[in-house]
Amino acid sequence: MSAAHDDHHHGPAKGISRWLFTTNHKDIGSLYLWFSFAMFLLGGTFAMVIRAELFQPGLQLVDPNFFNQMTTMHGLIMVFGAVMPAFVGLANWMIPMMIGAPDMALPRMNNWSFWILPFAFAMLSSTLLMESGAPNFGWTFYAPLSTTYAPSSVTFFIFAVHIMGASSIMGAINIIATVLNMRAPGMTLMKMPLFVWTWLITAYLLIAVMPVLAGAVTMMLFDIHFGTSFFNAAGGGDPVLFQHVFWFFGHPEVYIMILPAFGVVSAIIPTFARKRLFGYDSMVYATASIAFLSFIVWAHHMFTVGMPIAGELFFMYATMLIAVPTGVKVFNWVATMFRGSMTFETPMLFAIAFVVLFTMGGFTGLMLAITPADFQYHDTYFVVAHFHYVLVPGAVFSIMAAAYYWLPKWTGYMYDERLGKLHFWLSFIGVNVLFFPQHFLGLAGMPRRIPDYALQFADFNWISSIGGFLFGASQLILLFVVIKCIKGGKKATAQVWEGAQGLEWTVASPAPYHTFATPPDPKLIHDQ
Amino acid sequence: MLPKAKLWLALTIAALTTMLSTSLQAAWDLNMPQGVTQISRETYDLHMQILWWCVAIGVVVFGVMLWSIINHRKSKGAVPATFHESTKVEIVWTVIPFVILILMAIPATRVLTEAYDASESELDIQITGYQWRWEYRYLRDDMNEEEVSFFSNMSTSREEINNQLPKQETYLLDVDNPLVIPINKKVRFLLTSNDVIHAWWVPDFAVKKDAIPGFINEMWTIVEEPGVYRGQCAELCGIDHGFMPIVVHALPQDEYDAWYAGQQEQAAATRAAANNTITMDAALAQGEEIYNRTCVACHQAGGTGLAPAFPALAGSSVVTGDLTENLQLVLNGVPGTAMAAYNRMLNPVELASVVTYIRNSFGNSTGDLVQPADVNALLQEAQ
Amino acid sequence: MASVGSHENYYVPEQTKLPFFASIGLVFMVYGLGAALNDMKAAESATASTWISLFGFTLLSFIIFQWFSTVIRENHAGMNSDQLKRSYVWGMAWFIFSEVMFFAAFFGALYYVRNFAVPWLGGEGDKGISGDMLWPQFAAVWPVIENPNDALFTNPHEALNVHEWSIAFFAKFLPFWNTLILITSSVTVHFAHTALKAENRKGLIQWLAVTVALGVIFLFLQAFEYIEAYGHYGLTLDSGIYGSTFFLLTGFHGFHVTLGTFILAVMLVRAIKGHFKPDDHFGFEAASWYWHFVDVVWVGLFIFVYLI
Ligand code: HEA
Ligand code: HEA
Ligand code: HEC
Ligand code: CUA
Ligand SMILES: [Cu+2]
Repeated sequence: MSAAHDDHHHGPAKGISRWLFTTNHKDIGSLYLWFSFAMFLLGGTFAMVIRAELFQPGLQLVDPNFFNQMTTMHGLIMVFGAVMPAFVGLANWMIPMMIGAPDMALPRMNNWSFWILPFAFAMLSSTLLMESGAPNFGWTFYAPLSTTYAPSSVTFFIFAVHIMGASSIMGAINIIATVLNMRAPGMTLMKMPLFVWTWLITAYLLIAVMPVLAGAVTMMLFDIHFGTSFFNAAGGGDPVLFQHVFWFFGHPEVYIMILPAFGVVSAIIPTFARKRLFGYDSMVYATASIAFLSFIVWAHHMFTVGMPIAGELFFMYATMLIAVPTGVKVFNWVATMFRGSMTFETPMLFAIAFVVLFTMGGFTGLMLAITPADFQYHDTYFVVAHFHYVLVPGAVFSIMAAAYYWLPKWTGYMYDERLGKLHFWLSFIGVNVLFFPQHFLGLAGMPRRIPDYALQFADFNWISSIGGFLFGASQLILLFVVIKCIKGGKKATAQVWEGAQGLEWTVASPAPYHTFATPPDPKLIHDQ
Repeated sequence: MLPKAKLWLALTIAALTTMLSTSLQAAWDLNMPQGVTQISRETYDLHMQILWWCVAIGVVVFGVMLWSIINHRKSKGAVPATFHESTKVEIVWTVIPFVILILMAIPATRVLTEAYDASESELDIQITGYQWRWEYRYLRDDMNEEEVSFFSNMSTSREEINNQLPKQETYLLDVDNPLVIPINKKVRFLLTSNDVIHAWWVPDFAVKKDAIPGFINEMWTIVEEPGVYRGQCAELCGIDHGFMPIVVHALPQDEYDAWYAGQQEQAAATRAAANNTITMDAALAQGEEIYNRTCVACHQAGGTGLAPAFPALAGSSVVTGDLTENLQLVLNGVPGTAMAAYNRMLNPVELASVVTYIRNSFGNSTGDLVQPADVNALLQEAQ
Repeated sequence: MASVGSHENYYVPEQTKLPFFASIGLVFMVYGLGAALNDMKAAESATASTWISLFGFTLLSFIIFQWFSTVIRENHAGMNSDQLKRSYVWGMAWFIFSEVMFFAAFFGALYYVRNFAVPWLGGEGDKGISGDMLWPQFAAVWPVIENPNDALFTNPHEALNVHEWSIAFFAKFLPFWNTLILITSSVTVHFAHTALKAENRKGLIQWLAVTVALGVIFLFLQAFEYIEAYGHYGLTLDSGIYGSTFFLLTGFHGFHVTLGTFILAVMLVRAIKGHFKPDDHFGFEAASWYWHFVDVVWVGLFIFVYLI
């Protein structure tokens, strides 16, 4: 018996040092979630600047250069600062509890993965205050706009990407080691909750593609500062090479943002339908197929760069194929609801909205995959509408669903159901008013990333902005609900939800600081 | 009024104005334009076909879901079933989407193959993207030679953009020199860029392609109806990405021929003018006009510049210093900065005038008068 | 192994100051580096930013040293269960996978320029019209000795890859000897491992020392080759795409060899101190995996950068 064994029975340390130096997966999970929410507000504020400028034709609030900085920082912060850390936070909180492990496999590294992020994003955001201004070349930072023609703050952007990539890789390694090595006896792979499965595969994707992103920014760094010519035809390179490397990372990246969401929804729907998840095995295989396909579709973002036709066809077919495993998931969720016994608490409302609106985003994705049609859609608001549908009522809604679902487990109190429902309905209406008209804008020909537009786009932009303000303001309700719930409320039971199943519901609410220091009774582990 | 009621009122008004706004019929455009070429119509049909497939699938999937939500709720006393898998239905809902995808892929492949066939063109035009304008060069048969070439800049005024003047109907979609092409001819575009990546897009032709520095992309169109067609740069290319529209005039062959002959004459006249000498007054007048059209965005009225990005020309050591150096800088630009090379964008007379102008305005008083011949000499030297 | 008991023993460390300060070190290091690069580009002196970067680097190195010391101490104190050790194994394995993908990006770039970009610029293939119209004087040959625009990117005089397939050539061909050295070092590190498992401490120390020496020789030769490249061949970072890919690939590889040699040297010290046991020496094993990985990358490099 080691001395360390006793540590399990210690509670959290007092004061700020608890948060700075913690090795506890629950603390680190909370840190990730709060950080992510802060970034959501920051990225959302930038989006509000965008929507305010686009409220009417003409330049009103910001100059075009600042507008580009807003677009760029909004995309970067939402993707790398809000959505990804939120899922890592959920993973930290829930995976050890779901598989009956005492903590994450590598607790110290876990702390490091988190604490890199605030510094990385502080450095990235500080570029807004620099003389040269923040990066203004879009979150996809295509060369040579991001190399030869970039503001000098690009160097800090590059290093910020490097270190947040390191953070993601360490986080992903930790999750894989935890899932593969720390499962309680009796928790076989095919008995793991789907959230754990989707995260296992997501972590694999992260380790496979974050280094490629690091490679891309490294080549940029060398082109900018050391005279190489990777992205410059004058020296024998090619700007399009950048896009290939970027999207080899970038496409799997978008699945990194949706696979854990699939896991969340696969946990919530059975709970509130009071019925086992339909087709567990095929859900696992579908997730793996999506991950595999995600590596061979990247150039669907590049249909207009003038690839040889064989390439265009290959990437079109491969992209279309992703509809099949994704469809399997959607059908399984519907089949789980079918002949269930449903109630509609806030998490379920968000989950149902996820299924519908994500699928709509998937449909437009499929339309984008049709190469000749993409010639018309590409770089218009149709694309913006597509990816916000999969990201906002997709990924973000799933995160909110997860927050409502597990808040009682985290805090020990029930959240305010009335406010939760209000938050849901305002968000649901807001998000559709915000993004649905953008389909029309794109089809009618409005390019993305422009600070000002021709007059025929005025009406829909106006509506979209109104929706944006509504959606944005509604998020303050979420903040309020969460704080209220932490402060107190109705005591939550261990199981919380009538239909909830899984190890996390067998421990008290709030979950003790250390759970499963001794593994759970194998009898508690049920079939999926 | 309650805030909520206000909001609903606002939304209702929004919906109504959308429906009633007839000033621009385009406001009604919810969908992709059908366009004026065979490819654009086929693309439109393809788009609609996929859309209807998605709508149909959506109706089925969401229909089942809605039905379950309505009928299988606990409050109605629903008791959960216990089934949780069925290999049979899973195979069905894997195979059916797959078949649908094949049905989509067939027409998509056909349209793509057509759109990619740029062979046997009857007219070749090289398009070059610049920050933030387009250059059009009409190529002769031996490809690299051009006779007619010009730049196409947005002509919407800054006052309109800054809400100081009412916006015209073609706000942001107007240029000084539109591209002119004949109808019913296969026109091939050879697309490249001088600086960053741009994308040339005219929705009515269903033509969109990236202009990549150092590489050429090919695309083509056969326009069937005469008319004015508008588009925009579709790839983020820096500050003024939103302000580099494309306007194409498609003319019947005889009108096109007449226009082309006129352009040839003009080109010859410009070449001839390069041998003339200009007077100080003429140079200053023309120079001011060019400055206000071309340079003012960065160097600002009065040559004050916009620190830190754009240096002031008033009192600048370059502008008050050695003349040849000043000329070289304007001709060749400063690589890696926003200061572009103007050797192609302006003709020798214009270059001479604008440099004369900046050297004798904003308090600069070098007294230099640059002649087109001086510019020509430098241009020749560079070749 | 994966018994109930091992779960009970899983060591969750108490609070730790290490990672937080490591983050501070890291951010100072990269911020200072970024500022220094920008200063240099603007032709300003970069003194202050260089110091910031060095401070960060020192802090980070110090913490990493502490971190590993702590882990080693804990292991010696018997706090690490078998299960925890397996976590380290998984951690290292997936870390190496991430490194593989990092190099894959550069190999991918090399593949792309050789098979697409350069031929197109030279007027060949699907987009050969690019070369015909924009770079009429450029011919597509690899390695690229004459750049499309040699005013912007000065041409190298000569390439550093294989010129003829003869014994005489290879006998004087540095990369060939470097390949032999690295492959040999992979074998010697394996011998060290065998010796370790056979409780032959002397063998372990000797073979490990040989491996470290081979690593150093490799680095020495590589440095020599870089000097040659810059001095005699005119092959530099800014001599066009051939120099770009050459230095990025060999440079990052060389950086990894440096790191690997350093790690192995640390292992040598630890071996001398008697840290390793036949059944408990993951630190050593991880180092040797890393070394094998670095070797494999070199073989790939030798084939794709030097041979074909
Ligand atoms: C969470 C993020 C996410 C997700 C899940 C997806 C999912 C998909 N995306 Fe999306 N995409 C983005 C995020 C995402 N995307 C982003 C951020 C961009 C823009 C990046 C930028 O440029 O800034 C983008 C851009 C983008 C493009 C490039 C557009 C362009 O720039 O021109 C394309 C083109 O093919 C595409 C396709 C798809 C497809 C086919 C899917 C599929 O996975 C969808 C599959 C789902 C369904 C199809 C619905 C459910 C299925 C059924 C009900 C079964 C039956 C259905 C049929 C048979 C039709 N996406
Ligand atoms: C997960 C990712 C994510 C999320 C959640 C969002 C959320 C939102 N996005 Fe974002 N978006 C991207 C990812 C995301 N976006 C990406 C990748 C791009 C492409 C970037 C590029 O082109 O490079 C993009 C681009 C993009 C554009 C196109 C810009 C352009 O092309 O120029 C627009 C325009 O409307 C937009 C709007 C919004 C809005 C209104 C929200 C809203 O949902 C945000 C709502 C949240 C808040 C508002 C914050 C919470 C509330 C408060 C802080 C209270 C204060 C509120 C008020 C003042 C009302 N986004
Ligand atoms: C898109 C922005 C832009 C436009 C348009 C532009 N310039 Fe510039 N100009 C710059 C920038 C940026 C610099 C500074 C380059 C550097 O860093 O050396 C510059 C520098 C100069 C200088 C040197 C000034 C000095 O003190 O270094 C002259 C002269 C000049 N421009 C003339 C012109 C003229 C004449 C025109 C119009 C025909 C013009 N510029 C149009 C951006 C622009
Ligand atoms: Cu040119 Cu955008
Ligand atoms: Cu994609």
